[in-house]
Amino acid sequence: MGYENATRSLTKVIEMKNITKKFGDFVANDSVNLDIFKGKVHALLGENGAGKSTLMNILYGLYSPTSGEILINGKKVNITNPNIAIDHGIGMVHQHFMLITPFTVAQNIILGREPTSKMSVLNMKKALMDVKEISERYGLYVDPNAKVEDISVGMQQRVEILKALYRGAEILILDEPTAVLTPQEIVELIQIIKNLTKEGKSIILISHKLKEITEAADFCLIIRRGKHIDTVVVSETDEAGLASKMVGREVSFSVAKEDKEAGDEIFSIKDLVVKDNRGIIAVDKLNLSLKKGEIFGLAGIDGNGQTELLEAITGLRKVESGQIMINGKDITNNTPFQVISKKISHIPEDRQKRGLVLDFDISENTILENYYKNPFARKGILQYKNIKVYAKELINKFDVRPKDEAKMARTLSGGNQQKVIIAREVSNNPDLLIAAQPTRGLDVGAIEFVHKSLIEQRDNDKAVFLISFELDEIMNVSDRIAVIYEGKIVGIEDAKDAKIETLGLMMAGGGNK
Amino acid sequence: MIDTILSNIALIIGTTLMYSTPLIYTSLGGVLSENSGVINIGLEGMMIIGAFAGAAIGYFVGDPWIAFIGAGIVGGLFGLLHAFACVTFGANQVVSGIAINFLGAGIALFLSRMLFEGATMTKSIALDNKMPRPLNGVFHDGSFLNIIFNNQYATVYLAFIMVFLIWFFMYKTKYGLRLRSVGEHPTAADTLGINVIKIRYLAVIMSGVFSGFGGAAMSLAIVSNFRPTLVSGHGFIALAAMIFGKWKPQGALLACLLFGGAQGLAVFLGQFDFEISSQLISMLPYVITIVVLIGFVGKSAAPSADGIPYEREQKN
Ligand SMILES: Nc1ncnc2c1ncn2[C@@H]1O[C@H](COP(=O)(O)OP(=O)(O)O)[C@@H](O)[C@H]1O
Ligand SMILES: [Mg+2]
Repeated sequence: MGYENATRSLTKVIEMKNITKKFGDFVANDSVNLDIFKGKVHALLGENGAGKSTLMNILYGLYSPTSGEILINGKKVNITNPNIAIDHGIGMVHQHFMLITPFTVAQNIILGREPTSKMSVLNMKKALMDVKEISERYGLYVDPNAKVEDISVGMQQRVEILKALYRGAEILILDEPTAVLTPQEIVELIQIIKNLTKEGKSIILISHKLKEITEAADFCLIIRRGKHIDTVVVSETDEAGLASKMVGREVSFSVAKEDKEAGDEIFSIKDLVVKDNRGIIAVDKLNLSLKKGEIFGLAGIDGNGQTELLEAITGLRKVESGQIMINGKDITNNTPFQVISKKISHIPEDRQKRGLVLDFDISENTILENYYKNPFARKGILQYKNIKVYAKELINKFDVRPKDEAKMARTLSGGNQQKVIIAREVSNNPDLLIAAQPTRGLDVGAIEFVHKSLIEQRDNDKAVFLISFELDEIMNVSDRIAVIYEGKIVGIEDAKDAKIETLGLMMAGGGNK
Repeated sequence: MIDTILSNIALIIGTTLMYSTPLIYTSLGGVLSENSGVINIGLEGMMIIGAFAGAAIGYFVGDPWIAFIGAGIVGGLFGLLHAFACVTFGANQVVSGIAINFLGAGIALFLSRMLFEGATMTKSIALDNKMPRPLNGVFHDGSFLNIIFNNQYATVYLAFIMVFLIWFFMYKTKYGLRLRSVGEHPTAADTLGINVIKIRYLAVIMSGVFSGFGGAAMSLAIVSNFRPTLVSGHGFIALAAMIFGKWKPQGALLACLLFGGAQGLAVFLGQFDFEISSQLISMLPYVITIVVLIGFVGKSAAPSADGIPYEREQKN
C-alpha cells in the first residue's frame, strides 16, 4: 500500500521539514523529515548516535535547528524553548529521566505548572487531586506522596509520562522508554501507549528494539548517522527489513559461532561469601569454575548477588570468606590493581560510572589501566603522542564513532562508549574477560559487535564470564550456562541442552537444585 | 546562688542571640544561593561590604533602617557580580567567591579611607541612630527575661522572622520548589520551562542581600562602626553553619545558634580570671566550627547540582 496511501486520510499534527542540526562541524541531523499523525504511533529507529534524541530535542525546544522548519497543525512555529513546545501540546519523556529525585512524585509532576492558592503558595491538596485524576484516567497508577528516589525505574517512567499529560500533552515523545525496563514493565508500557492513542494522543516512540516497534508502532522513520533513510508502514515490513535499513547492511540475529572444545580450568571460585551494602549476605557460599576457551554465562534476575559477585572478583568489594583463584594464584581480596595485573579484564555493568571517566577524552580513556607503562609514560611523564597513536589504532579497529580521539567520552553515544571500554579491556589481552550487561541499551548493530568480540576472545582460548539479565543473550552466546538465585548457583547446563523454560524456572527460584 | 546561676544563664542566652544574628542572615544567604546550585564562598566579602555600607550610611543618613536596607542593596550588587561570573560565564564558583572576598574587604577599606579622612574605621554612629531595642525596659529590671531581651536589637528578632520566611518560601511556595529543582537538576527544570538562569541570578543576588544584612547587623547593632577586623571570618562561619545545617534554613539557624553560643560562652568566660589565656578562649567558636565540620557533616545533603554551571548545549 505504501506510506503515502496509508497516511492520506490521517490528520497531520506535526511536520518537521528538512531539519538539519550541526554541533560545530559535526552534523547530527541531516535534512530529516518527519510527519506525526493524530492517534498514531510513529517510531524513530536508528543506531546509537544516529541523531534520534537530537531531533526530538529540537522538536521539544531544547536545541534550535541549524536549518529547517516545524509546522504544528499546518502552522509554522518557532520552538525556542520547552515552554513553547509544552504550550503546543508536546510532551517529552527523556532517555535519561528528568526527575528531581529528592522531590515527591506529585512535586515532580506539578513542577513548573504548580497549582497555587494566594501569593504563589503551593496548593498541594489540589496537586494531589490533579495527579490522582490523570493517573486514573490513563491507568498510570503511582503513589503521589512517595519520593522519586524510593520508587522503581518503571514507576519513575510513569511519573515522566504523567508529567507530560499533566501539561496537556497531545503529542508524547518517548525517548528509548524501554531501555531501562524489565520485560513485564515493557508489556505494561505498550499497553499504556495503546490506551493513550485510543484517547487520540500521538506518540513518537524512539527505540532500537525492533520487536517493540513492530508491536507498537504504525509508522517508522529510519535514520542512519543523521541522515533520513526511509519512512515505512510498520505492518508492511518485518524486523529483518527494519534492521538492515537501520544499519545499512544485513544483520544476523543469531550469533555465529563454531563448536569448540574448552581447555583446562583457569578460574575458580570456592565457597565465596560476600555481603551487600546493607551488610546482608548477597553471595552465599558460591562455587563455580571457568575453562580456557569457553564463554560461561551467568543468568539470573537482577539483585540475586550478581553485582556483589562481580565486585568481589574485581577487588571492589570485600570477600567475607571463600577463595577466588586464577591461573593457580589466589586473588581473594586483592586490590583492583592487583586483579588487573593477574590478567583479568572487566567490562563493568555501569559503563558511565565505572567504565569510563566521562570528562576524559577517548584517548585518555583507552589507557586508564596502562597509563604508567611504556610507551604511554616515560619517567612519569605522559607521552600524549604515543597515547594518541594507540587510541587512533583502537578507534579504527573497534570502529568507534566519531573517529576522533580527542572527543570527550561524555559526548559519545552509549554504543560507542561501550566500544571504547571493550577496546581497552580486550587490548589488555586478558586470560579472563568479565562482561557484565555488555549490551544493555545498545542497538542491534552494536550488540552484534559486542557478541563478536566476546566470541573472538573465546576462539583465542581465553575465558569469558558473561553476566546478563537477558536470557536470550545468555542462550545465544554462552557455551555453558549457570543460574544464580539468592547468591547461589542453582544449576549449570550446557548451552546446547539448555531450555529457556527450565532456566526461567531456576531464575525464579523454582525447579531442580 | 540560684539567682546568680540563673542570671548567668540569661546572660549567655542573651549573648548567644546577639552573636548568632549576623551569622543567621548570612547563612540564609548561603542557603538561597546554594539551593539554586551556585556555591557562594564569597559570603565573607559580601558581609564585609554590607557591614561597611551599613555603618557609612548609618553615619551619614542617620536612619538605621535606611542603612540596613542600603547594606542589603550593596551586598546584592556583589551578589550580582558573583552571578554574572558564575551563571553567565560559567566561571569556577570557588574562584569567583574568593575574588569577591578580596574585593569586599578591599573596596570597604578603600571607601572608608576616602569618606572618613583616611581612617580605616568609620566614625561611630550616634547611639540614638543605632538599631532600636524593641524590648528595652519591657521586663522587670534584673529579671531573667530582662537580662536576655533588654539589650537585644531589632535585627535579632528580624533574623528569626527571616528564617521563617525563607523556610516558608523554600518549602511552601512554587518559587521555592523551582529554586530547589534548579539546584538539584537544572536540566530537568529547564525541560519544564523553568528559567534556570533567571532563578540562579535572583538567588545569588538575594544571597548578597542577606549577607549585606548580616554585615549590617554587626556594624549597626553589635558595634556602632565599621573596622577592617569587624567581620573577620564570620562569613565563613556562616557558610559552615549553612553546611552543618544541611543546606536548610532551619538547620542553618540551629547551627548559627551553636556557633553564636560558642562565642557567647567565650565572652562570658572572658570575664573571669582564668589561668587560661584569653586568646585560647576566643578561639572557641572557630575550634567548634572545625570540630563540627569534621565530625558531623556528610556531603550527601548538598543539592546535587551545587557548584555545577548550567549550559543547555554542552560544548566540548
Ligand atoms: N550537545 C551536544 N554537543 C555535541 N555533540 C552532541 C550533542 N548532543 C549530541 N551530540 C552528538 O550527536 C550525535 C547524535 O546524538 P543523539 O541524538 O543523542 O543520538 P541517538 O540517536 O542515540 O539519540 C552523537 O554523535 C552525539 O555525540
Ligand atoms: Mg538518544
